[in-house]
Amino acid sequence: MNPFHYSRPTGVQEAVHLSSAASRFIAGGTNLLDLMKENISRPDHLIDITGLPLHDIQQTAAGGLLIGALVSNADLAWHPLIEQRYPLLSQAILAGASPQLRNMASTGGNLLQRTRCYYFYDATVPCNKREPGSGCPARTGLNRIHAILGASEQCVATHPSDMCVALAALEARVHVEGRAGARVIEFADFHRLPGDAPQRDNQLADDELITAIELPADNLANHSNYLKIRDRASYAFALVSVAAALELDGDRIVDARLALGGVAHKPWRDRAVEAALIGQLVSRETFSHAADALLQDAEPLEHNGYKIKLARRGIIRALSDAAVAGERP
Amino acid sequence: MTTIGKPLDRVDGLLKVTGKARYAGEFPEDGLLHGSVVSSTVAKGRVLRIDASRALALPGVVAVIDHLNRPRIASYDDAFQDADAADGSPFRPLYNDRVLYSGQPLALVIADNLELARHAGSLVEIEYETEAFETDLLAMQQQAHASPQTPPKPRGDFQAVWIDAAVSLDVHYSTPIEHHNPMEPHASTVLYQPDGTLHIHDKTQGPQNCQAYVQKVFGLEKSQVRIFAAFVGGAFGSGLRPQYQLPLAVMASLALKRSVRVTLTRQQMFTFGYRPRTLQRLQLGAAANGRLLALGHTAIGQTSRFEDFSEHVVEWSGMLYHCDNVQLTYKLVPLDVFTPLDMRAPGAALGVIGLECAMDELACALGMDPVQLRLINYAERNQNEDKPWSSKALRECYREGAERFGWGQRNPEPRSMRDGRQLIGWGMAGGVWEAMQMKASAKAHIDAQGKLTVSSATTDIGTGTYTVMTQIAAQASGVAVEDVAFLLGDSSLPTAPLQGGSFTVSSVGTAVQQACEALNAKLLNIARQTYPVFKDAEAVRFEDGLLHTGDVSVSLAQLVKDSGEDALQVQVDSEPDKKREGYSTATHSAVFVEVQVDEDLGTIKVRRVVSAIAAGRVVNPKMARSQIVGGVVWGIGMALHEETQIDHQLGRYMNHSLAEYHIPVNADIGDIDVVFVEEHDEIVNALGSKGVGEIGIVGVAAAVANAIYHATGKRVREFPITLDKVL
Repeated sequence: MNPFHYSRPTGVQEAVHLSSAASRFIAGGTNLLDLMKENISRPDHLIDITGLPLHDIQQTAAGGLLIGALVSNADLAWHPLIEQRYPLLSQAILAGASPQLRNMASTGGNLLQRTRCYYFYDATVPCNKREPGSGCPARTGLNRIHAILGASEQCVATHPSDMCVALAALEARVHVEGRAGARVIEFADFHRLPGDAPQRDNQLADDELITAIELPADNLANHSNYLKIRDRASYAFALVSVAAALELDGDRIVDARLALGGVAHKPWRDRAVEAALIGQLVSRETFSHAADALLQDAEPLEHNGYKIKLARRGIIRALSDAAVAGERP
Repeated sequence: MTTIGKPLDRVDGLLKVTGKARYAGEFPEDGLLHGSVVSSTVAKGRVLRIDASRALALPGVVAVIDHLNRPRIASYDDAFQDADAADGSPFRPLYNDRVLYSGQPLALVIADNLELARHAGSLVEIEYETEAFETDLLAMQQQAHASPQTPPKPRGDFQAVWIDAAVSLDVHYSTPIEHHNPMEPHASTVLYQPDGTLHIHDKTQGPQNCQAYVQKVFGLEKSQVRIFAAFVGGAFGSGLRPQYQLPLAVMASLALKRSVRVTLTRQQMFTFGYRPRTLQRLQLGAAANGRLLALGHTAIGQTSRFEDFSEHVVEWSGMLYHCDNVQLTYKLVPLDVFTPLDMRAPGAALGVIGLECAMDELACALGMDPVQLRLINYAERNQNEDKPWSSKALRECYREGAERFGWGQRNPEPRSMRDGRQLIGWGMAGGVWEAMQMKASAKAHIDAQGKLTVSSATTDIGTGTYTVMTQIAAQASGVAVEDVAFLLGDSSLPTAPLQGGSFTVSSVGTAVQQACEALNAKLLNIARQTYPVFKDAEAVRFEDGLLHTGDVSVSLAQLVKDSGEDALQVQVDSEPDKKREGYSTATHSAVFVEVQVDEDLGTIKVRRVVSAIAAGRVVNPKMARSQIVGGVVWGIGMALHEETQIDHQLGRYMNHSLAEYHIPVNADIGDIDVVFVEEHDEIVNALGSKGVGEIGIVGVAAAVANAIYHATGKRVREFPITLDKVL
């Protein structure tokens, strides 16, 4: 870990004005500190944002929720309004990390977790995400945990978050503030595919700070399910995860959401696949078609071909379980 | 008064839970310097240049030590050979410019604080000349050579009998590299004394082994080096050999004449010994009635280019079952990696996987119950040594284990049991480990208050040594447990063997018992001289801190006073029991496992385990149970999770952290039922106790694999069994 300056602003604009290309905002630090200890992230300035007034969950006029960026993962997962209206989000958060980490980790920070690719995490080996142009040993190396969708020649890393998979399915919006002012980013646009700039995980500018996550109102709470498939029962990143949510009229699908984690550089979602589910009757066959459609462009590497089969089965399982999830009180 | 056999709480428990137990990297001292190791990033080659200028420019950085500026160290192999050294030339840290493996220590940065040392370490630039390397056992298996330690000679005519057997099986298994990963990372705190001697707190399983190593490597006198290891936060074999942080810390301390601490990072815990990857071939031939006629077990293990690490991988296959035609083969492949190292049940944890999975496959091929197959082939003698067992209650393990598990309800058909979407499988395996005894010494000392202090230079790596030695001493001396203290973890104490191989109770325990008995003889002598009633008394007994005869008693404290001395003490050197000659001695186990496997997703969970253990007399059932539970959990990890993954293009371990190197978490572990079956043994040692450190892990991974086959109908022979392999 390199030496750094430390400041603790009390206002969002103050924080944003302190920032530079070499600074980092820090909240829970559950990922950033690890990255710093491994010399993967070497900020010259840590801007501690925990004193900013971003700790609340508010109801929006449109019937949704606005979640302050500093709400802890634990508080978010166990919040009555989240449990009641967005159980998918609760489930996804609780599928990740450990209670200790969830107590520290912030909502905004969760979006900015960096990949768990072994090569990214070892500063002594090449990695295009860490050092652009140095190469990608994962492509021909240990790639059992890597991407099957949306990867590039430069990078086959996956995004590690569970929470983000649920947020993608719920069509969250990311509120950010920079020197130039505030803007709102649709969740689907927030994270990037690696392309030829894998060093950039998302669309945030250096001076921009996530201030809140907005969840729109929906009718998906009765039929949602987050399925996480991993190498051990807890404290492991998803090999494949599935966020599935349905709005049903009897057996007929009125609305559908389907997002995958562990398979791409960002939560993987295809609106056309969801649109094709609308109007269909709940059945294994319907879900099976959706799985095939969502995975039709999947490309395996040497060791991760199983993820295609696993994702297909996971999608069918998650949608089937969502369909029978039942009314909530 | 029997304290042996009681589930006494850990005598050091309070110190541990209150943080008062200090570990090697926790001893404070004013002005203590901190070292940070700079490791090789390439697998093979030469160091051309080490540029430490940026590190040294930082205020508070005291020195950067490398092979060019280090203090003088020995050069010959014998100086670096320790009590657990493999055959060959031991690794010599910072010796020259050669890079032998990725992760090799190449420099030590010393600074006023740890964070600064680590940061400075990241600024040290090393230029290499790289060479071609090879780290893949599978790719290099044709290069295998015979191990220097050879397995027992073939018996009978394996090849001919195997080919003609009614049922013959030829199956291959592989096991991955695994690292010990104790919670406490390796650390050495060298406290430089005013007279220039070194007091070193080290993470080790053998303080005297480390003392001898430091002496020889640095050309010091025995009196100049004292090693302490009062508490060790798990070791599992990783502390059997002196690890490189020790000589590095000593180098810095000698060079600077200051106290220095070096603690390895979690990543650096992957840069020394480990359980080697193996490729195994099992060839079993049986008659239709299940009688094992021929057994061949070949294992190929990896080692380094500089040492031939060998362990007993295939021996077990020659002793666990009766078989007259046996061929055991063990070979090594040198690679550009560090030398492997003993790790919990070294060899057995690997070889018994192959054997016990193959036995399950044989049972299936014969259409026979796996327990029945094992009973048919029960070994009444150890045919490897052609000796009878000192005791062997494996039959009782099978019976009691099966009964507690409910094995009788098993439908042998794979995929025949389910719970909703979960396929349920029941599997079992047997286990075996040697019950060794080594030379050991102990001192017993009693003061005029009747307080007994017993000591020996062993360690307590979390196994409960403090506690069980206290119990053995209390029992042998007749002093109450509260009045007994046991000292360990100090190289100046009476000689003890390395703490490993499950022989600490057997070896040190025997020495403790004998020391207490010798002390009692001394006390009795004083009583006979002092008190007429004891003069010719035949029936005497030591109990509750008193010496009794008939209705008369005298306190041991009084006897010390009567002696005219402040205290009395004796030291004994104990030898392995003569009765052992002519017998084979071993612990045994039978493990029964229930797994669930998701029929669509392949996720595997071990729902319950019954582990039935035959280990002679159990000194402390609570500590012993903990040992077995720990072994079972690790066995589940071996079956399902653990694997250190090498990128063979980089020659480097890539999942070197506890986030990516998976061990089981609580959520992976179901119910574990441990049962110690009755086993009476008057031959193994005077305590009749065999040691339980290793046996708990042996056979577990095979039982899990067999249960997965029973659940799914799929035989996975490549460990660990991750979900992608059963999809």
